[in-house]
Amino acid sequence: MPTNSNNKLYRVLLLGAVLAAAWLFWSGLYKPHLLALGALSLGLSLWLAHRIGTFREASPFSTMLKLPRFWAWLLVEIVKSSIDVARVILDPKLPISPTVVEFDTVCKGPISQVILGNAITLSPGTVTLDVYADRLKVHCLTAQGAEAIRSGEADRRAAQITEF
Amino acid sequence: MELTLDILSFVLMTTGGAFVLIGGIGALRLPNVYTRLHAASLTDTMASILIIAGIMLQAGFSLAAIKLLAILIFLLLTGPTASYAIANAALLSGLDPQCDGSTVGAADGDDESGEELRS
Repeated sequence: MPTNSNNKLYRVLLLGAVLAAAWLFWSGLYKPHLLALGALSLGLSLWLAHRIGTFREASPFSTMLKLPRFWAWLLVEIVKSSIDVARVILDPKLPISPTVVEFDTVCKGPISQVILGNAITLSPGTVTLDVYADRLKVHCLTAQGAEAIRSGEADRRAAQITEF
Repeated sequence: MELTLDILSFVLMTTGGAFVLIGGIGALRLPNVYTRLHAASLTDTMASILIIAGIMLQAGFSLAAIKLLAILIFLLLTGPTASYAIANAALLSGLDPQCDGSTVGAADGDDESGEELRS
């Protein structure tokens, strides 16, 4: 088991390698000027990542592997809720019933809470207002949207992602 | 085959454009910041997925398609973060999320909800 600082160095180098590979792959031009720009933005990205605390805790590889399944589920939800919201907006009577739902999330740790909060905001009709002390405040355009949030399915699915 | 792809991609892009329009109409019709955010998320989620998917079909299997996919993923990661910043700022500045639109944009001076939030 490596020490903590070794672990952190490993994470910094791993992110650096991924970013460098991404830059080379996207740009496809290997002129010194562009490579220098790449090195500069690589350094800047690593510094910003350090500042927001990316390296403070491990983001296990298994999380990445579970994301596509979550995204597939989320895509279906986005399509369904988009149609609902579009219908509400185009309805001459504008049948909105704004509701605020507050609930304690089963997601522990910042990564799964960010995934959950962003997934809720991403589906039209629901916006995360506040995430604080394991509690989420969500604004819903309609009462049906609020029901969907209360059912807690998004919460459970987001929690699964960071489980080992 | 070519024709099928073209038709599919035109359908995707047109539907995406329609969602941009509906999002715009919603931003005008809905009463306050919170409800308008829902209309905005229609534009930056559904419309961007449809339009970029449509362009990807035009690009075919190429580096351009992979770049488009990356752009879409970055948009979908940063969009909700920006929406959260707006919604959270509105909440912290004391705009009551429960209001039904009769007090459009009014924070009314008694900004207690912002303080309760962190207690």
